[in-house]
Amino acid sequence: MDIRKPIPTNCGDWVTRFGETWKTQVAQLRQKFGDQIQEVRMPPEGLTDVPIIYVKKDSLVPVLAFMKSESGFEYGFLSDITATDEEIEPRFEVVYNLFSQSRHWRIRLKIRVGENEDVPTAVSVWPGANWAEREVWDMFGIKFKGHPDLRRILMDVRWQGHPLRKDYPLRGYQLFPEPEEIDTQLLE
Amino acid sequence: MGKDGSVGYLTTRLEDFINWGRKNALWPLPFGTSCCGIEMMATLCSDYDMSRFGAEVVRFSPRQSDLLIVAGIISAKMAPVLKTIYDQMSEPKFVMSFGACASSGGIFNVYSVLQGIDKMIPVDVYVPGCPPAPEGVIHALMRLQEKVSVGDTHSQRKIAEMGKQAVTGVSP
Repeated sequence: MDIRKPIPTNCGDWVTRFGETWKTQVAQLRQKFGDQIQEVRMPPEGLTDVPIIYVKKDSLVPVLAFMKSESGFEYGFLSDITATDEEIEPRFEVVYNLFSQSRHWRIRLKIRVGENEDVPTAVSVWPGANWAEREVWDMFGIKFKGHPDLRRILMDVRWQGHPLRKDYPLRGYQLFPEPEEIDTQLLE
Repeated sequence: MGKDGSVGYLTTRLEDFINWGRKNALWPLPFGTSCCGIEMMATLCSDYDMSRFGAEVVRFSPRQSDLLIVAGIISAKMAPVLKTIYDQMSEPKFVMSFGACASSGGIFNVYSVLQGIDKMIPVDVYVPGCPPAPEGVIHALMRLQEKVSVGDTHSQRKIAEMGKQAVTGVSP
């Protein structure tokens, strides 16, 4: 399969439908945020399905808030937050997948984060980012600065390490015969 | 037995008589965590009909069941739950490890999956397959009945050991 070929959907491929819109949006972002936009990869030359915009970490929240509310963008829905362990310096990339429910277009934001760096939380823009950021913390150990409740969400609370890091052993089993202790504060 | 079909009398040991009753009334607790659970339902339904072997009274309470059927992947976070449910069941209790994932972790050889429920609780009978065919489950149930009738399951051996201790007063 040639990754450069547009991916057909039942109402046409994304590049044909949104290519021009994406170009306008990227130009608008560059104009507004200037050098805060580090790098842009456009489909299909950038080997991606939707544009990937690399943003500087400090201006992440303003960019997200701008893309959520600005007309012509209208990315009202945060599909997911995830991360990748690149094993280079800086080590991680945090990925924000955005979707516009009114205009049906998608886009992807990325920030590069070093090993012990904090990431600003997106909870102020999308309250739903809460659990997604907890998952990224659980799996990769990336801390989100200003997050209201940064606990593990998938793994056992007694788990040591962060299993989706590349240096975590694939068969790093940890067995807990006793159930987790219930946090009584959460019940109240 | 008389010629008219009436039972006169028969002699047996009390223990064998109790085990005969046990093996023909195994009340299962279905612990179906994934796709194997579907195959377990098929085994319980009319085509294969596990009730022919006395195992149709499915109880969803560990206090009321004899046979724990673990059907599916047990993730690392589910493992303490499984252990708690096993501990809640009353003796004698039997465990069937249903399918490849419950028996060995199956294809999921990763950090998040328990590599076989025998790492957590004692297992009496394993059913291979991904998922096992209903015939395989019935075969496993019949093998378990054989084991129960001679008192060769983990739980029954433990009870016998405790009985010996009570008589002799010596702990092994």
